[in-house]
Amino acid sequence: MFDLTGKKALVTGATGGLGGEIAKALHAQGAHVALSGTREEKLQALADELGERAVIAPCNLSDSASVDALPGLASEKLGGLDILVSNAGVTRDQLLMRMKDEDWETVIKVNLEAHYRLCKAAMRGMMKARWGRIIGITSIVGVTGNPGQTNYAASKAGMIGFSKALAQEVASRGVTVNCVAPGFIASPMTDELNDAQRGAILAKIPAGDLGTGGDIASAVVYLASKEAGYVTGQTLHVNGGMAMI
Amino acid sequence: MSDILERVKKIVVEHLDVDADKVTEEASFTDDLGADSLDNVELVMAFEEEFDIEIPDDAAEHIQTVGAAVKFISEKQG
Repeated sequence: MFDLTGKKALVTGATGGLGGEIAKALHAQGAHVALSGTREEKLQALADELGERAVIAPCNLSDSASVDALPGLASEKLGGLDILVSNAGVTRDQLLMRMKDEDWETVIKVNLEAHYRLCKAAMRGMMKARWGRIIGITSIVGVTGNPGQTNYAASKAGMIGFSKALAQEVASRGVTVNCVAPGFIASPMTDELNDAQRGAILAKIPAGDLGTGGDIASAVVYLASKEAGYVTGQTLHVNGGMAMI
Repeated sequence: MSDILERVKKIVVEHLDVDADKVTEEASFTDDLGADSLDNVELVMAFEEEFDIEIPDDAAEHIQTVGAAVKFISEKQG
């Protein structure tokens, strides 16, 4: 089950903890992966760690022209593109009253607009092949909201709506479009929380623990697989029961 | 012109999986050949690729028959 042998996947934000785990999991299932991010050295280190079937495709997601070109670049290096995972994302948290236009624009551009551009550029090949998987990494916050994150929540909710619309456009061509919505995931950022902060978060999670990058990566592997071919326009929430939607 | 017609016909037959004799110059992609909106977009992209031309969206809207496609491509290629 969930064999991805021979499939070609592009993962953005691959230098981040979550993106790295996603790339590793797809690779472990047999996929060829193109690792994208801004830090070339880190990408190369991950590609070296993965060994065969891994290439790097550096890209700055706030630069529209580079984003438009990224799927083509990945496809050229991999010999095709079957799976797109938009994982890269940024936060510029601030209460709305204090939010700068720049904070709003950056978050929308990197988290939402880049996904639109990547999908558009990747779609032609997938339509021709009559097979494709698009997976957006959204967030629980896109559904529940979170104070200080109007920009981030809007970008992530936007990704969900976008995916539902696109899923309807291309379902008849064997291309599925879905999202994975992580809850609280252990990261260098959550490691820095003090006991009281940590306790307050865990009290909201029925599973009693933070999630891991592996939990998210497994959900991505499933949606990328041929077994998930009848699943489209969905958001798979991976949050330990923190929000049941 | 006849060369373009043949190449257009070939794309339409392959893409829409229809009999070649149904693909006349008067045939409408949507009404006669069963194309949906996504098929129309894919056909336009296929024409662009085959003939190495750009078909802008406003022109694509008017390419509703095999003959209209041939006419547009012929003019574009001059």
